[in-house]
Amino acid sequence: MQTPILILVLLGLMAFAFHLGKTRSLATVGGRTGIRQLHSLPAYYGFYTALWAGLPALLIAGVWLFFESSVITSMVVAGLPAELRDQPPAQLGLLVNDITNLANGNIVSRAVDDQLRAAADHMNALRGIGKTALTAVALCIALGAGALAWRTIGPRMRARNRVEAIVNALLIISSLIAILTTVGIVLSVLFESFQFFHKIPLTDFLFGLEWSPQIALRADQVGASGAFGAVPLFTGTLLISVIALMVAVPIGLMSAIYLADYASPRLRSYAKPVLEVLAGVPTVVYGFFAALTLAPAIRGAGEAMGLSVSSESALAAGLVMGVMIIPFVSSLSDDVINAVPQSLRDASYALGATRSETIRQVILPAALPGIMGGILLAASRAIGETMIVVMAAGLSANMTINPLDSVTTVTVQIVTLLVGDQEFDSAKTLAAFALGLLLFIVTLGLNIVALHIVRKYREQYE
Amino acid sequence: MNDATQNRRRAIDVVNASLKKRYAREARFRRIGLGAVVLGLVFVSVLFFDIVSKGYTAFVQTHIELEVFFDPAVIDPEGKRDMQEIARADFRKLVREPLRALFPEVKKRNEKRALDGMLSGGAPYQLLDMVRSDPSLIGQRRTIDLIADDDIDMLVKGHIDRNAPPSDRRVNDQVIGWVDTLTEQGRVKRKFNSGFFVNGDSREPELAGIGGAVAGSFYTLLVTLVLSFPIGVAAAVYLEEFAPKNRWTDLIEVNINNLAAVPSIVFGLLGLAMFINLFGLPRSAPLVGGLVLTLMTLPTIIIAARAALKSVPPSIREAALGVGASKMQTVFHHVVPLAMPGMLTGTIIGMAQALGETAPLLMIGMVAFIVDVPGGPLDPSTVLPVQVYLWADSPERAFVERTSAAIIVLLAFLIAMNTFAVIMRRRFERRW
Amino acid sequence: MTTAESAASEAELPVPKAGVSIGSRPLDDDFKTVGNVRVNDARMSCTDVNVFYGEKHAIKHVDLDIGKNQVIAMIGPSGCGKSTFLRCLNRMNDTIDVCRVSGAIALDGQDIYDKKLDVVPLRAQVGMVFQKPNPFPKSIYDNIAYGPRIHGLAASRVELDEIVERSLTKAGLWDEVKDRLDQPGTGLSGGQQQRLCIARTIAVEPEVILMDEPCSALDPIATAKVEELIDELRENYTIAIVTHSMQQAARVSQRTAYFHLGHLVEVGETTEIFTNPRHKLTEDYITGRFG
Repeated sequence: MQTPILILVLLGLMAFAFHLGKTRSLATVGGRTGIRQLHSLPAYYGFYTALWAGLPALLIAGVWLFFESSVITSMVVAGLPAELRDQPPAQLGLLVNDITNLANGNIVSRAVDDQLRAAADHMNALRGIGKTALTAVALCIALGAGALAWRTIGPRMRARNRVEAIVNALLIISSLIAILTTVGIVLSVLFESFQFFHKIPLTDFLFGLEWSPQIALRADQVGASGAFGAVPLFTGTLLISVIALMVAVPIGLMSAIYLADYASPRLRSYAKPVLEVLAGVPTVVYGFFAALTLAPAIRGAGEAMGLSVSSESALAAGLVMGVMIIPFVSSLSDDVINAVPQSLRDASYALGATRSETIRQVILPAALPGIMGGILLAASRAIGETMIVVMAAGLSANMTINPLDSVTTVTVQIVTLLVGDQEFDSAKTLAAFALGLLLFIVTLGLNIVALHIVRKYREQYE
Repeated sequence: MNDATQNRRRAIDVVNASLKKRYAREARFRRIGLGAVVLGLVFVSVLFFDIVSKGYTAFVQTHIELEVFFDPAVIDPEGKRDMQEIARADFRKLVREPLRALFPEVKKRNEKRALDGMLSGGAPYQLLDMVRSDPSLIGQRRTIDLIADDDIDMLVKGHIDRNAPPSDRRVNDQVIGWVDTLTEQGRVKRKFNSGFFVNGDSREPELAGIGGAVAGSFYTLLVTLVLSFPIGVAAAVYLEEFAPKNRWTDLIEVNINNLAAVPSIVFGLLGLAMFINLFGLPRSAPLVGGLVLTLMTLPTIIIAARAALKSVPPSIREAALGVGASKMQTVFHHVVPLAMPGMLTGTIIGMAQALGETAPLLMIGMVAFIVDVPGGPLDPSTVLPVQVYLWADSPERAFVERTSAAIIVLLAFLIAMNTFAVIMRRRFERRW
Repeated sequence: MTTAESAASEAELPVPKAGVSIGSRPLDDDFKTVGNVRVNDARMSCTDVNVFYGEKHAIKHVDLDIGKNQVIAMIGPSGCGKSTFLRCLNRMNDTIDVCRVSGAIALDGQDIYDKKLDVVPLRAQVGMVFQKPNPFPKSIYDNIAYGPRIHGLAASRVELDEIVERSLTKAGLWDEVKDRLDQPGTGLSGGQQQRLCIARTIAVEPEVILMDEPCSALDPIATAKVEELIDELRENYTIAIVTHSMQQAARVSQRTAYFHLGHLVEVGETTEIFTNPRHKLTEDYITGRFG
């Protein structure tokens, strides 16, 4: 049975079980009149039966389906003749792809011979068996568990409590998914990174000054230098992030100050949402703007002034990224500035200070930790940004502080290394994971520090 | 009269003397603040103006009006009316014929090619589609608006500078002459570019459309919504209402806050390593894209849902418990419905963010050149922002126009979703 | 006639119904303050002052003089407008958008609500101490030095040090904090913080000090210290203090003004007000019949 149909059947069974459970509960107390003798409402008995009928079966089905394809693949490979099985992993992977494609009725890249066809038939046969087995197992479990639950129904059975316990467990599992995500990220990235660091030593990676990730396909291939020193990527990322912060912090902070303390409520109610729009524009739009409008404009202006400007200058990417980050800085600064108590403002005004003096000498120093936290969050966003730099910054790993040159960043390299046809364990693809690990650690560190500062700051005033 | 009064007199004078400079500084400070706000607003306007001005022309497509003879000798020589055979007929010939008839003086081979090149490569397929839906056309003559090539389209829209040296432009003077002649004859039509919204991707800009990408985005967001809303609400309900306040729940809360700030590309790596590599799900499928985006949107939804739950006053909970409802009944019958508007608003905003995401979907492979419009969550497809990214790389001027138009569509969706969320919030949110 | 009725007819007030608090009955708009509103040597002089919070008429037709080098206490039940009136004297009500002030308030003869008048030097001349101590989150030194710094009152660091020491001494705080001037002002006790705020106000050499219930957030010992300080400051400064404690008013002030629902009911020498009030409302408040 096809998967979607199986799921629908299971859901149908659940509905049926609900009905059965409900009627049985009423039956055990002699009909509706005896309803008070039931511990819980009949609906709960229904839910109980339905949950027991459906959940175990769905769970088993889910696990089965997730692992089905890899299990079948390994079985098919085991059934191959020895010389095909012993190929290097790259070739074996391609062979498996072809077998799969043939089994699906798609185009195959190599000539179809008997062995291939046999393997494909084997795969389809296994799939058929798998589907039938799954259907059988799932339905058996559903019926069995449902029947068992149904039998336990009685007036004393505390159906509501049991149902609520099940729901509670479901809620807990949902919450754990968030933790599992982090664990998943860390584990998967770590795992691949460890494989990478087997091939390239950690110190080379962290401190190496040259980045040109070529891997020789053949031993004698020309142009395969294979240097994986990530320092040029760090400098590139830092250069662009610094430019971005130099744009975002002054504009964001000063506009937050103006809107909080000087602007009329009408201006504030119009200007604030418009500035927030900058945060909602997808980064790919910024990238497009940077690559197609801003970079040529900068190039033109630079050449008019006699400077040599790359067409993928760090300046273009940095400026646009800065504009994108303005709402981050201004929103958080606005929050912390408004959180400074009015009593401090009153004290300053009562001494005869002007508004700017009050802001600069009383409010900003008081709000400083919060503002710093906001800047750190903005920096973390800038470092992790991908699309703007992919579209507007270059691929050349240049170690320079000249904003008119083209540099590349960590995120660009992750994209370049993975959006292509590499097999999964070459050093190139693994390098992407190592870079991802680094990025994750750095941004996580910045975020933790920033959130900690902002939270401590809020506690001070509440 | 004493020290104090003298001091005071001096103090007043000093204060008055300092005023001018201080007020100057105040005015300057104020101007800088206003300047910053204005600058921010200018950025928004420049961005929008640039995109719109580049893209609005894409909603119109140039066509060339020609008299086409549906020659049965070419289409269906054996008269069998077999659609499969008809599909293989040489419709290009039927397309070239009327054009060459209009310019009989064109003799040389490369000039002929340039003439033929004025029509899009998709023009023959226009005829094929017409015959398919109405086989009685075979043998008849019709006046048809055929899609023009993208260079002609750009020329007609004025994006190609006629005065630039010929080597710098894509259309030479001869072609320009032909176009001018056709225009005088009234054969150059500009029609609404419905193909843009319906077609899938194509190498030819005049045939390329966002239909595939929009469908892909739709399926992806569907998967994201179906997964992230229940899980997010369930997690928020648990964390806010049921969880004991101890170190573990603190850890989960810190974890969620941090996840909300992790760069999106890291989620892409997770998707690649886990969903594609470990679980073997198909690359480029909206299902995988939806799974990755679910993980990204969950923190947003959880945080918004928790805020909504927190805003329901304790008195409601106490009242329910007071009549004997269990904790879970209180939560699900009373608290959650009251918090639902806030949760839905947060979800819509989360979906809007997910719609604009590009980087993680690049990682899981939704970046291939996919021509067909996907039919379901398991068909390979791309999403709208990725389509923008792919087109942005293409050199043809026509793709710049189309990319901008695609961005306009994307922004329109986002504005609609956000406005909807704000309206919902205004209408349904209660102030306790 | 009963005492209530005779007293009522004397003051031309209707006899209150049983159970209705006399304090809730408003006075007429053309009510005239009882007692001497004017003094000979007035530092500040108010004429027909009205304050509106949006629609609400909070202060109604107040005439009052603030005598030089004297302490005048403003008393009255909650919500009667004494703090609002106080904030008019240094134009702190300007910071509230919906607040409108009409009438004339003169400092040394000059109307402070004159359009051309600069509010910054005004606030340097008329300082304010608030109900809850509000030291800046800076060091003790920087708290005191803030005012002189922004006004440019000290030409050098040495002069600034002198000003700080002088202010802290006058506020009676120098000995307690002289060894920890660089520690945060927020680390002091409540009473010390309030004295710090007083020192901060003195540092800009004001002529008038306004105090808005300065001791209401302090314990009795700190209160005593602050009251002692007020008495000492009286020699060199003119002080107007709002207080909800009649005993405090009796302790520290020479003149007392009684406010009731926005009207200035009666003003006079403190001893007179408390022993022999002339208006019925004043008497009722002082004897505790309401408020």
